[in-house]
Amino acid sequence: MRMLLSLCLAVLATGCATAPASASRDPFEGFNRKVYQFNETVDEAVLKPVAQTYQKVTPQPVRTGVQNFFGNLSDVWSTVNNALQLKPAQTAESFFRVLINSTLGLYGVLDVATELKLERHTEDFGQTLGYWGVPSGPYVVLPLLGPSTLRDTASLPVDTQGNLARQVDHVPTRNSLLATSVVDKRARYLSAGDRLDELALDKYIFVRDVFLQKRLSEVWDGDPPQAPENQDADPQ
Amino acid sequence: MTSWIHGFQNSLQRLLVCMVCVVSGLAHAADEAPDAFIKRLSTEMLDLVKTDPALKNGDVQRINNMVDARVMPHLNFQRMTAAAVGPGWRQATPEQKARLQDEFKLLLVRTYSGALTQIKDHTIAVKPLRSAEGDVEVLVRSEIRGGPEPIQLDYRLEKTPGQGAGWKIFNLNVMGVWLVDTYRSQFAQEINAKGVDGLIVTLAERNKSNARK
Repeated sequence: MRMLLSLCLAVLATGCATAPASASRDPFEGFNRKVYQFNETVDEAVLKPVAQTYQKVTPQPVRTGVQNFFGNLSDVWSTVNNALQLKPAQTAESFFRVLINSTLGLYGVLDVATELKLERHTEDFGQTLGYWGVPSGPYVVLPLLGPSTLRDTASLPVDTQGNLARQVDHVPTRNSLLATSVVDKRARYLSAGDRLDELALDKYIFVRDVFLQKRLSEVWDGDPPQAPENQDADPQ
Repeated sequence: MTSWIHGFQNSLQRLLVCMVCVVSGLAHAADEAPDAFIKRLSTEMLDLVKTDPALKNGDVQRINNMVDARVMPHLNFQRMTAAAVGPGWRQATPEQKARLQDEFKLLLVRTYSGALTQIKDHTIAVKPLRSAEGDVEVLVRSEIRGGPEPIQLDYRLEKTPGQGAGWKIFNLNVMGVWLVDTYRSQFAQEINAKGVDGLIVTLAERNKSNARK
C-alpha cells in the first residue's frame, strides 16, 4: 500500500479529470517535461543513491522513528489547516495526536496516537485554499520539489513557514533536519519508484494524472464532487 | 435390486440437495447488497493473502493465478479496458480487444504484487452506502485500516443483468486515484501515435520486460 501511497506524490485539482485534452490541465507540458527530466536526473545521480544507502545502513526501527518524528511535525501543521477549514473533529484529533506523540511518544519518535486509534488527517495550506474554493490552476512541475499546481506553488511559502523543522534557529541543526526529512521521504518511495518504471507507459503522464486526481481527492477529503466517470465506456 | 434403488434414491437426494444449494446460492448473490458484497470479497482477499506466504511475498505467478480464480469473475474487465482505451476501443477488432484486455490485466497484476507485500494486520471497513433502491450502478467506499492514515479504497459496481447475477466491479479507486482513469491519457497518446496495434505492442513489450525483472 505504501507503494500506492508513493505513486500518489502530492497536490491539485481541476474540475474535470477526464478531460480528453490534457492541454487544458497542463498548458506548460513542454516546459514541465524538461523540469521533470531534470528532476529525474538529479534523483538518479544524488537523491536515490543517498536514500538507498540510508535504507541499507539504518535499521528499520530507526527509520520508523525518523518517519514518526517528521510525521508528528506535519501533524502540527495539519492541525492548523484543519482548523482553518473549520473541521472540528479532525482538528481535535490532529491536536491530540501531536499532544500525545510529543509527550508519551518522546518528541514524536513513537507514534502512540495511532495505537490509540487517533487517525492522521493530513492537510496543508494548498488544501485549505482549495477547500475555500481557490481553483488548482494548471499543473506545474517544480525543480527539485516535483509535481505541483499553480495554487499549491503559490501556497508553498506558507507551507514552508508551517514546517517546524524550518523554525529551528540553529542553522546546522535546521539543515540536518531538512536534509534528513528529504532522505526519509525518498527512502519511503524507493520501491514505488521502481514500480513506476514497470507500470507507466509514459512516466510523465502517469505521475501527472495520478497527482492531479490525488490532489483533487485530498482537497475533498476523498470524496470529490465529480468522480471521473467512464464516459467512453462502450463494452461492445 | 434394493441396493440399486437405494443408491438411486441417494443420488437423487444428493442431486436435490445440490440444486437447493445452487438456487439458494444464486438467490443469495441476487439479494446481496453491493456494500455487503465488497465487504465479503475484500475480507476474503485479505484473509487469503495473510495466510498464503507466496501471495504475501509478491510471487507474481501465484498472484496471477489467484486473480484469475478469485478476482476476475467479479470484474467487468472488458468495460474497464474499454474505458481506459477510450474512443479507440470502438475501432478495435474482437482480436485486438481480447489482446488489450490480456495485456492490461497483466500490467495491473504487477500493481497488486507490489502492494500485497505491505499487508500486515490490516482490516477493511466498508462505509455506509449512499444509493437508492434499484440503482444499477453504485459507488461503494471502504477503508483499509491499520496504519496511521486509513487507505481509501472505493469501487464502482454495476448490477449485472439477469436474475441472481449480482454485482461486478468496473473501476477501482486507491487513495483518491481511479485506476482506469490513470491509463486513459497514456493509452490515447499511444493510439494517436501508433494505432491500436501500436498500443498492444507497447503493452506486450512492457509486460515482457517486467517479467524479466
